[in-house]
Amino acid sequence: MIKSSAAEMAQSLASGATTSVALTQAHLNRIAEVDEKVHAFLHVDTDGALKQAAEIDASRARGEKLSPLAGVPLALKDVLVQKDVPTTCGSKILEGWRPPYDSTVVSKLKSAGVVILGKTNMDEFAMGSSTENSAYGPTHNPWDLTRIPGGSGGGSSAALAAFEAPLAIGTDTGGSIRQPAAVTGTVGVKPTYGGVSRYGLVAFSSSLDQAGPCARTVLDTALLHEVIAGHDPKDSTSINAPVPQVVAAAKSGDVKGMKIGVVKELNGDGYQAGVRQRFEESLELLAQAGAEIVEVSAPNFEYALAAYYLIAPSECSSNLARFDAMRYGLRVGDTDGASAESVMNMTREVGFGREVKRRILLGTYALSSGYYDAYYGSAQKVRTLITQDFNNAFAKCDVMVSPTCPTTAFKIGEKANDPLAMYLNDIATIPVNMAGIGGMSLPCGVAPEDGLPVGFQIMSPVMQDQRMYSVGAALEAALLSKWGAPLLSQAPSLGGAA
Amino acid sequence: MSALTYEDVISKYEPVLGLEVHVELNTNSKMFCGCSTIFGAEPNTQTCPVCLALPGALPVVNEKAIESTILIGLALNCSIAAFSRFARKNYFYPDMPKNFQISQYDEPICVNGYVDVEIDTDEGPQSFRIEIERVHMEEDTGKSLHVGGSTGRIHGADYSLLDYNRAGIPLVEIVTKIVPGTGKYAPEVAKAYVAELRDILRALGVSDVKMEQGSLRCDANVSLRLIGSDVLGTRSETKNVNSLRSVERAVRGEMIRHAELLNKGEKVVQETRHFQEDTGLTRSGRSKEQAEDYRYFPEPDLVPVAPDAEWIEKLRASLPERPSLRRKRLQEQWSVPDKEMAAMINADVLNIVEETVLLGADPTKARSWWLGEISRLANEKEVTISELAITAKDVAEIVSLVAQGELTDKLARQVVESVINGEGTPAEVIASRGIKVVNDDGALMAAIEKVCSEQSETADKVRNGHLPAAGALIGAVMKETKGQADAARVRELLLGHLGQAAN
Ligand SMILES: [Zn+2]
Repeated sequence: MIKSSAAEMAQSLASGATTSVALTQAHLNRIAEVDEKVHAFLHVDTDGALKQAAEIDASRARGEKLSPLAGVPLALKDVLVQKDVPTTCGSKILEGWRPPYDSTVVSKLKSAGVVILGKTNMDEFAMGSSTENSAYGPTHNPWDLTRIPGGSGGGSSAALAAFEAPLAIGTDTGGSIRQPAAVTGTVGVKPTYGGVSRYGLVAFSSSLDQAGPCARTVLDTALLHEVIAGHDPKDSTSINAPVPQVVAAAKSGDVKGMKIGVVKELNGDGYQAGVRQRFEESLELLAQAGAEIVEVSAPNFEYALAAYYLIAPSECSSNLARFDAMRYGLRVGDTDGASAESVMNMTREVGFGREVKRRILLGTYALSSGYYDAYYGSAQKVRTLITQDFNNAFAKCDVMVSPTCPTTAFKIGEKANDPLAMYLNDIATIPVNMAGIGGMSLPCGVAPEDGLPVGFQIMSPVMQDQRMYSVGAALEAALLSKWGAPLLSQAPSLGGAA
Repeated sequence: MSALTYEDVISKYEPVLGLEVHVELNTNSKMFCGCSTIFGAEPNTQTCPVCLALPGALPVVNEKAIESTILIGLALNCSIAAFSRFARKNYFYPDMPKNFQISQYDEPICVNGYVDVEIDTDEGPQSFRIEIERVHMEEDTGKSLHVGGSTGRIHGADYSLLDYNRAGIPLVEIVTKIVPGTGKYAPEVAKAYVAELRDILRALGVSDVKMEQGSLRCDANVSLRLIGSDVLGTRSETKNVNSLRSVERAVRGEMIRHAELLNKGEKVVQETRHFQEDTGLTRSGRSKEQAEDYRYFPEPDLVPVAPDAEWIEKLRASLPERPSLRRKRLQEQWSVPDKEMAAMINADVLNIVEETVLLGADPTKARSWWLGEISRLANEKEVTISELAITAKDVAEIVSLVAQGELTDKLARQVVESVINGEGTPAEVIASRGIKVVNDDGALMAAIEKVCSEQSETADKVRNGHLPAAGALIGAVMKETKGQADAARVRELLLGHLGQAAN
C-alpha cells in the first residue's frame, strides 16, 4: 500500500478499499522500521496524525464532500510552523519550541484533510545542500545510506524515497526542493514566488524562499500544489491571481508543439557524464513526444551563485536576528547578573551551527555601510540581469530545461569542509529563485557510472507553473514506458516489510 | 554655571535648526498586524505572532496608516511618492522583537514640503518658512522597564520587564530640512513649528498629539555657526522633548552650551543628548561617532507602497482648512479680541463654538456659553467639554430662545445645567421642568397688584417719585412668579401701575 502514488491512495480511500487510519498507521509503521537508518524525521506526530486520520474517516463515513487528497499522509519540512507541534528548523536555537499558530500551508493542508505525519529533517534554517547542517544529525539517502539526500529539504525527499510518506512539503530558496528531489529520485516543485504563502514559513531569505510540493509522481505533486497554493492576505508578497491549472496539465501531459529551451550555460563542464547522458536521452524522449527542442542562452547565469551568496546571507542575517533568547527557544547563560546582551550572545553562540553563523557573518558584512553598494547593491543588479535572461529566453521557448544538479548524490562528509564545493551543487537551481519563476525536478534515470538518480529540471515563467507540469508529465510517461516500472523500484529496500 | 547670556550667543553665532517629530498615529490596529493599539492595557495582551516576531510571521501594511501619512504629507505641502518602500533598520534591543525596525529609509512616502509659522518678533508678527525634507512611516518598539540599579537604564539593572503592547504601533516621522535664518528667534520658531504641526495633526484627526503621553515627540537638532559663515557647525540631537515649552528651552539651552564650548575653543561633539525636564539642561547620550551601522536594506516581506493618483487627489480634497488660517479667519469673522481667542484655543472650544455659530447662534453668545458656564461646569465635574452631554445644537437652541425672550439668562443657565445633567434636550428640559418666561401681562399685573398691596408703603414711595424703591417691588414680583418673568417687563408694568413712566 505504501508504495502506491498519493493519487492511487486517494482512490483507495474514496472507494472504501482502505481507511485513512490504516494508511496512516502503515506509514507510521514504515517510519518505525526504516527511519532509524534514514533519519528523515525530526518529530513524528503519531497521535496527531492518527487523530486527524480518524476525523477524515468519520467525515467520509458521514458522506461529507472531501478534497481529493483527504486522508493521504504527508511529511512536513520542519521549517513550517504547525500549531503545538515542535518546529526546530533543524536548529538547536528552537529546540523545544511549540508554535502557537499554524502556517498558511499547514492550515490549507488541514482543511484539505491531508494527514500530517510529522516534521522532516533539514539543514539548519534551510542553509545547505546535504542536510548535514542539521543540528540533529544528517539524513541518509535511501538509495545509498552513506550518501547525502540533498538539502536543505533532505528529510522530505528521503521520506518519499523511503516510502515513509507519499507526499511532502519542502521549501526552496536556492534549490532546497529540487536538488533533494534530484538526488533521491523523487519529484519536487518550487512554485512561482508568491504562488504559495510564506506565512508561517520560518524565513531564511524572504525574497527567495518558496514552499512547494514534493511527491513521487508529477500528478501527486500537482495535486498537492493545488492544495497549498493561492493568495494569502497574510503574506504581502503572495500573488493575487488564480492558481495555475497544474493538475489538469499533469493529467494531460501534452507537449505537442511546445518549445523546450535547453540552457546552453547549464550543461557542460562540471556536469557528471552520466547526468549529461540521462539529460540528453530525456530531451530525445520529449522530442519524440512532439516537443521542439531549441537552445537558449542565459549569459548572466554565471553570476547567479555569487549574487545568491550575497542576497541570501544578507536577508538571513536580518531574519535570524529575532532568535535572541527573549521570547522563545533556547536561552543560555541566564545566570544571576548576566546582562541581556550576554544572554543573547551566548545563546546565539551555542544555538546556531557553523554554516548559519558563516552566512550571518557574510550577510552582516555585505549590508555594512560602505560595502552595501558593492555587495548587496551589485547582487540586486545581477538579479535583474538574470530575470532579463529568463525573459529573453522565454520569448523563444515555453519552458527551459537543464540537469537539476551537476552531479548525483555525494558521500556524507565529502564536502562538509568545503563550503564552496557544496555551494556549486546549486548552480543550476539558483537562477530560478533569483528570478522568482517556477522550477521542477523529476527523475530521469540513474547515472550509469554510480547507479544514482539524476534529476531533470524544468523551468517555467512566472505564474505559468502548469507548463512545467505538462512537460514533466510527458517525460515521466515516456520514461515509465521505457523502464516498465518507476525509478524508485530500483532503489534498495532498506529491509523494511514493504 | 553659565557665564554666557543668550544675548552673547546671538551676537556672535547663528543657530541652525533641524527638527524631527515622531507622531503616533491613532489607527485602531498596529502598523503591520491586526492587534489593538488602545493605550494602557495589561502588558503583553495586545500581541500576536507578527508583533512578537514569532518565527514565520509576516508583516502586512495597515492601509489606514498609509492614508494618515499621505494626509500629513499633503497638509505639509509635500509631494507624495508614486512608489515608496519600507526598509529594515537592523539593531539588537530586547524590546524590539524582530531586532530590526521596519521603517522607510531612502524611499519615503512624502518629500519636499513646507509649513509657515508665525511668531511675534520685535518688529511685529513675522512668518518663517520651515522646509520639510520627508515624512515617513515606521513602527514603534515595545517598552522596557529596568528594575533595580540606579539609573533606570538597562545597564546595572537587576532585571528588565518587557511589554510588547506598543511594539508595532504606527509612527510617522516628520523631518525638516536644516532651518537657518531664524537668528535669535530660533527657540520660538522651533516651538511655533511643533505647535503648528500639533494643530495640523489634530485637525487631520490622525493622532492624539499628546506630547505628555508621548504620542508627539520632538528631537531637536541644533548647531551654531559664526554669523556670516556658511560652514555648518557640528550638531547635537536632543531627544525626549515632551512639551512645547521644552522645545523652546532645549533649543535655547543647547545654543548656550554650544557657544560656551566654541568660545573656549572646544569642539561640539556630534551626539544624542537627553533633555532634563527639571533643569532644562541636556545630558549626553550615546555618541554618534560610535553609532551603530543599521545595515538598512529594502524590506523583502513587503511590496512597495504605490498609492494611485486618484486616491491621493481624493485625500487632498478632503484636507481640512489649515488650523492657523482658520483661527485667523474665525477671529476676524467673529470679531474676537486676541485674549479671548487665545482663551478659546486654550480651552479647545473653537470647533464647538464654530459648530454652534453655524447652527445660527450669535458668535459672542456662543463663545460666552462654551467658554463661561459650560467650561465652568466641565471643570466642576472634572471632565472635558466634549464629555458633557450638551451639544452645539443644544446651545444654539438656548441662545435662540434667549434672543426670542423665551428664556432669561438665569433660566437659560438652568436649562444648560439640566441638559448637562442628562435631562434631555433644551425643549425637553423646558417642558418637563415647566420653565417659561412669564410674559402674560395679565398674570404679571395680578402679581404686581398683589405685591403693591402687600407692600403699600414701598409702593407709595414709588408713587411719590422715589424710583429706587421700585427694586424691592420688582424683586418681590419676580419671587412671586418664581423667577420666570422678564424683569424688564415687570419694571415697565410696575412703574406704569404706580403712575411713573417707565424709562
Ligand atoms: Zn500583533
